[in-house]
Amino acid sequence: MAETRLETFAINFGPQHPAAHGVLRLVLEMDGEVVERADPHIGLLHRGTEKLIEYRPYLQNIPYFDRLDYCSMLCQEHAYVLAVERLLGCEVPIRAQYIRVLFDEITRILNHLLNVTTMALDVGAMTPLLWMFEEREKLMGFYEAVSGARMHANYYRFGGVARDLPDGLEDRIAAWIDQFVPKLDDMDELLTENRIFKQRTVDIGIVKAQDALDWGFSGPMLRASGIPWDLRKAQPYEVYDRMDFLVPVGKNGDCYDRYLVRMAEIRESLKIMRQCLEQMPKGPVRVQDYKIAPPPRALMKSSMEALIHHFKLYTEGVRVPAGEVYAAVESGKGEFGVYLVSDGTNKPYRCKIRSPGYVHLQALDFMSKGHQLADVVAIIGSLDIVFGEIDR
Amino acid sequence: MPVETLAEREAALQDLLALIEPVLGDHLLAAKIAHGELTITVPATSIRRVLGYLRDDPNMLFKELVDLCGVDYPERERRFEVVYHLLSLKHNQRIRVKVETDETTPVPSVVELFSTAGWFEREAWDMYGIYFADHPDLRRILTDYGFEGHPLRKDFPLTGHVELRYDDEQKRVVYEPVKLRQDFRTFDFLSPWEGGGGLLPGDEKAAR
Repeated sequence: MAETRLETFAINFGPQHPAAHGVLRLVLEMDGEVVERADPHIGLLHRGTEKLIEYRPYLQNIPYFDRLDYCSMLCQEHAYVLAVERLLGCEVPIRAQYIRVLFDEITRILNHLLNVTTMALDVGAMTPLLWMFEEREKLMGFYEAVSGARMHANYYRFGGVARDLPDGLEDRIAAWIDQFVPKLDDMDELLTENRIFKQRTVDIGIVKAQDALDWGFSGPMLRASGIPWDLRKAQPYEVYDRMDFLVPVGKNGDCYDRYLVRMAEIRESLKIMRQCLEQMPKGPVRVQDYKIAPPPRALMKSSMEALIHHFKLYTEGVRVPAGEVYAAVESGKGEFGVYLVSDGTNKPYRCKIRSPGYVHLQALDFMSKGHQLADVVAIIGSLDIVFGEIDR
Repeated sequence: MPVETLAEREAALQDLLALIEPVLGDHLLAAKIAHGELTITVPATSIRRVLGYLRDDPNMLFKELVDLCGVDYPERERRFEVVYHLLSLKHNQRIRVKVETDETTPVPSVVELFSTAGWFEREAWDMYGIYFADHPDLRRILTDYGFEGHPLRKDFPLTGHVELRYDDEQKRVVYEPVKLRQDFRTFDFLSPWEGGGGLLPGDEKAAR
């Protein structure tokens, strides 16, 4: 019998593949059905955000942050405004802090619902997606109520938020939470003990705690590996220190644990939202410093100085004192950071965006080694990647 | 849990710096605490030693490399800075380490210490052309296949050098030099009344 030589062969996965969660081109070296090496080619959605930011005044850069990870918009704006606020040294009114925490948690639920359901879809469960996208629509309705936009809200501002919550929104959010809990239970029932779902996810893509640190994991990816680390607890910003919530931690660091952590986080987010709604005081939502936030329109009709401030803010923009700062928030996907260097003018000198997805995707090679091709799909689903933030 | 005030955090960083200073000795070129963050500057040649110490020393345990990026200062003699952000989960501390380099001097890669540095260094190479010595796989990462230049350098134009379109005759995407339909518009909104000290049109009449 003639000698047959077995060689690995390469498979191109994506960039147009529904399970690639965007424009991921993955070159897989396969030995039969087993993955030997996974080489993600990224950058197909590269828009040069960091370069563009260097050419815009500070205020005009906020919308770029919505468009990075288009599933956790406000968390990203939050990191940027935190960085600018630290350089400006301005205090945020307490009501604005509550509004930010409330909307950060709405954003986290938006993000986790998207991830959990699409991951379930990737491994064969379609119903959760159909159920939960309805809930996402309602959450985006809250985005629209405060900002006028369903996704790219552009709502946070230096020293506060763009405007106060419209009348009745707090009640609507509270009502939404109450009706959402049974729906979340329904999804929980469908997936958590589902035989097929567990077959596809348990013991797939195990990451040990040591590896998770080495690969720079953060957020649910790190917690699923058993490390109780949450920036909201460890380095609290805004009013997270007043919130009573738990940090869910996984045991095995496999795809199933990552799913469980995200599901538990949704419930914790609901708790935080309830507390925000209960505790939120009345008051201003933007800092009263007219060098940072514009004066109210009524004042501009009577005060020359207010008019000048408004004009200067929207032509020259905010001048940020020279310095550098790194601000990070716990976004749905992990630690989202902004390293901002200012040279004292009205435009950032350098703005490095530290996106969690970029770091997590890098570990795909080591996570998928020795797994089968179908498992790679489950691993990608559990990584929670969105290409807007990876390619930037 | 009460929130640390800025003063408390800076005091904690001062303690941290006091621990670092004697160990690094000559390897520490500068140290600064500002906005509640500690920044140390070290020579590029000793970056591995410094990061290794920060990672493994029981008082430090900066186990996680959160971020690595380049910054371009064209007016400096060594124009690039490579900035490392480290996080210690154990001590709940952050530290920023900087090294300086230029277009030709390589920086030792830290992939062996932190696996996550792999893509970050590729990105810094792609965006700035900072060369990392002993990197296992220093390819471009974010830009297009066959891209030329390093787009985040300050002397790289925002509009880039090439544009692409689908050519119906050749049935493929073609690259062409970028054509601007109108001049590239940047407005200098910085107030002429503050700083600058430049003359405005008509100022010469004041002397008459």
